[in-house]
Amino acid sequence: MKRARVNAGILIGAALLLIWCLLPIVWIASLSFKPVEETATGSPQFLPKTWTWDNFSSVFQNDDFQRALINSFGISIIATVLSVALATLCAYAIARLQFRGKRLVLTIALAIAMFPVVSLIGPLFDLWRTLGLFDTWPGLVIPYMSFTLPLAIWTLTAFFREIPWEMEQAAQVDGATSWQAFRKVIVPLAAPGVFTAAILTFFFAWNDFVFGISLTSTTNARPVPAQLAFFVGPDQFNPPVSTLAAAAVMVTIPVIIIVLLFQRKIVAGLTAGAVKG
Amino acid sequence: MAAIQMKNIVKTYGDGFPAVNDVSIDVDDGEFVILVGPSGCGKSTLLRMIVGLEDITSGDMLIGGERVNDKAPRERNLSMVFQNYALYPHLSVYENIAFPLRLSKSFSEEEIDAKVREASKTLELDEHLQRKPGNLSGGQRQRVAMGRAIVRDAQAFLFDEPLSNLDAKLRGQMRTEISRLQKRLGITTVYVTHDQTEAMTLGDRVAVLRRGILQQLAPPRELYEQPVNLFVAGFIGSPPMNFMPATVKGDKVELPFATVDLPEHVRDGRIPEDTLLIAGIRPEYFEDASVMDAGKAADGATFRATIDVVEWLGNEAFGYIPYEAPPEVEAQLEELARELDSEALRTQIIVALDSASRIRDGEEAELHVDSRRMHLFEPGSGDNLTLRTVADDERSAVA
Repeated sequence: MKRARVNAGILIGAALLLIWCLLPIVWIASLSFKPVEETATGSPQFLPKTWTWDNFSSVFQNDDFQRALINSFGISIIATVLSVALATLCAYAIARLQFRGKRLVLTIALAIAMFPVVSLIGPLFDLWRTLGLFDTWPGLVIPYMSFTLPLAIWTLTAFFREIPWEMEQAAQVDGATSWQAFRKVIVPLAAPGVFTAAILTFFFAWNDFVFGISLTSTTNARPVPAQLAFFVGPDQFNPPVSTLAAAAVMVTIPVIIIVLLFQRKIVAGLTAGAVKG
Repeated sequence: MAAIQMKNIVKTYGDGFPAVNDVSIDVDDGEFVILVGPSGCGKSTLLRMIVGLEDITSGDMLIGGERVNDKAPRERNLSMVFQNYALYPHLSVYENIAFPLRLSKSFSEEEIDAKVREASKTLELDEHLQRKPGNLSGGQRQRVAMGRAIVRDAQAFLFDEPLSNLDAKLRGQMRTEISRLQKRLGITTVYVTHDQTEAMTLGDRVAVLRRGILQQLAPPRELYEQPVNLFVAGFIGSPPMNFMPATVKGDKVELPFATVDLPEHVRDGRIPEDTLLIAGIRPEYFEDASVMDAGKAADGATFRATIDVVEWLGNEAFGYIPYEAPPEVEAQLEELARELDSEALRTQIIVALDSASRIRDGEEAELHVDSRRMHLFEPGSGDNLTLRTVADDERSAVA
């Protein structure tokens, strides 16, 4: 009796939480299926009266959006790969080697991660224009890396510390060079950590708006979130809400796919059974 | 296969503490040598220096006659079983065993397969080859770790407390298994343990270490019967050797509970008279006088003592006799107990009795002590004064 009531309470609580979190997303999804006229009326209803794919096709046929999509994917993937590769090596060194200033490296990394992004925009804008990095892919990859590296280093350091050192020593005794031991034993064991770091990095780059809008001026390097701000319909005073919503939905899809694909990898405790107990 | 020679090996850490101090051990080709000692005695450090995971501060390490001080572990061609097995959790049992072969790059796929199958057959791992280490029991993991060691033609096997994570029953089985395997393969083996049963049963020779210094390197029997000092005497044997104050007067030794004859081979005045010494008598040199053979009674003395606790184990029984020790001896015994990782709550004598003995808790009983195999130690240095020399053996042979 009491148990059933507790269960019901949990269900209601979970439902409320889900509604709270998902309502805006459902609203955007619903908007994206409405024809333009419906969104322009004074009090639009929640679900579309007539369902349409027009918004999606018009977004897709928009050349600027296509360019932006390529920019976003390209820049995010490059930033992720570079950042994770560097962070893996760096975290390994921090976890395994004894050297002076180890704590300092970690502290500085943390400080950088906490630095307010907006305060860097102005100086970076000037610097990039002088260096010719303004409105280029590297011009965005570099700031993304500098903000995601610390996070990746911290995540991976924690992972490497958990891998028993004997694992590597065993590999060395078995005839592996340091590099082979790292590549064949340590990296596979740290894979969940590497995936976590990669996903965090990718999301940071993918979702960024501030750098994207400030350090670009054309579709040369402008990523999707920034490009959305440039969506203006034929009428300046009536923003194309449904088209924007369709674009937003499309930008969200890769994120959802990535999370669904890799959540198992992250959760899977690969180190289970490495040592006794 | 190869001999391992350690010449004056020293390992000093950054703080100047010598973890291993001037240790020289020659391990012959095919020999099984045990490194044993209480925790922190440097035995694991020494093993890790052999395999190359620890730098050697000074001294020479020779494997197969070749100096390997500056060689990386992979160039030494040794195989090692770690205390926590260090299996690769992302690889199957098969791949774990094949790992060293794949790294060497000198075997074809068929050769690797044949070698892995052979090792798995030896260790009865056939049905587990496709499983991951995480799904195996402790004993199975242990066997996989051994499989990874034997699959390759290494110059020597090194074991770092391989059985300490197993439960008592499995430990006994694996101990026999290791012994059998080593004899069959005839490969040079160095084995680190703090368990003296493993030390006594497995090794051709046993090296006892204390605070980084080699105390004695000898076959198990010699270690047991002729310990060079108080430390080795106290470390080897379970229950441990009894220590008690003793004073020599002529050919007699005064013990707290009886006066016994001095062992024959030391009746030439080499033992200082009228000074306080520590006598060491193993529990099994005592016996319940009422159940023993009359023939044996002549060798030694009988005395009466109150046994406050009797532990009857079926095949034998242990009796405990508390006694008061003079402070000089007590301090020495306390320090010894501390070093052996045990807690000496009181000074007592443990006697091993025949299981036929009817002595009960708190009873006064007539006990016999065989004093011929008694040891006398100098309290300051701990040296064994009754150690048999070659000359002693010759004389007793003539007699």
